[in-house]
Amino acid sequence: MNLFGFFSRRSSAPVARERLQILLAHERAYSGKSDLAAILQEEILAVIAKHIELDRDKVQVKLDRGKAVSTLEIDIEMPTQVGARA
Amino acid sequence: MAKVLVVTSGKGGVGKTTSTAALGVALAKSGQKVAVVDFDVGLRNLDLVMGAERRVVFDLINVVQGDAKLAQALIRDKRVENLSLLAASQTRDKDALTQEGVTRVIGELREKFDWIICDSPAGIERGATLAMYHADVAVVVTNPEVSSVRDSDRIIGLLDSKTAKAEKGERIEKHLLLTRYDPVRAERGDMLKTEDVLEILSIPLLGIIPDSEEVLKASNLGAPVTLSSPTSAPARAYFDATRRLIGETVAMTVPTDKKGFMERLFGRRVA
Repeated sequence: MNLFGFFSRRSSAPVARERLQILLAHERAYSGKSDLAAILQEEILAVIAKHIELDRDKVQVKLDRGKAVSTLEIDIEMPTQVGARA
Repeated sequence: MAKVLVVTSGKGGVGKTTSTAALGVALAKSGQKVAVVDFDVGLRNLDLVMGAERRVVFDLINVVQGDAKLAQALIRDKRVENLSLLAASQTRDKDALTQEGVTRVIGELREKFDWIICDSPAGIERGATLAMYHADVAVVVTNPEVSSVRDSDRIIGLLDSKTAKAEKGERIEKHLLLTRYDPVRAERGDMLKTEDVLEILSIPLLGIIPDSEEVLKASNLGAPVTLSSPTSAPARAYFDATRRLIGETVAMTVPTDKKGFMERLFGRRVA
């Protein structure tokens, strides 16, 4: 950052650089492979469906790809006892 | 009733994705429920310009093929209420985009949103024709430059022949959005003037977006210019265009940025 950077607000190029690095690291790692999030969702749901009836509309999957760690959040709305399997 | 809007141009790099994001934010801020949909399968970028690239799990193709529900694939913007993104697939082939699948997804989107903004890929191939097929309104993004104007003319021809509305004998509403406009160069005679472009393309003008460094800053940050810098010249131009889109009458001007004291003192910094 040059001297005049002191007077202006934080520049945007470093933000762009970091965003691209994170994004491309993930895209290169997964290119050609099937979508991990989709596979995980399918398998996790299959396990849960053994025990309870699931409404596919009530499943939300959220992902946040980070630099060091990514988080996968699967939100499953469980029905009340009525739908429970033995 | 929901409106489907396609942002298209034929030529690449004229500002379709930037304009989709900026108009999407401006419409959502005005209280409309908005979904922006990326049709550029294999080369998606709307997620990046919207700052949602880390959150994409499912995409348009997953929904088209029935692998995911629409509600699961829509990414809600964390900063703007009423704004959602449906990303394009980065890994799949564009042939996975079927006419029937797109029709179903657009139908579902119409039930949930007031505006569905389809960001078209460049070119006139499958992705571009599918992006425009269901449109009620088209925004043709054009730079004041010969090849862009020529490609826009070609796209206008397709809008009048290859869309659902055209096939039913109806007219699709078309608007011109002139981007990267430099009033100084146009006045000097070194850039096509607004009147020149309008005369050649003869479709109504939606807005003139001045060339501005704020647009690049906005995409660097992953925040559309109408969000990151709402008082800047290009943002004001996008807000005016949005008001015209929803039927308001707004005088046509080219907003300019007033330079700050430091900038005037030191001129434009290059690096």
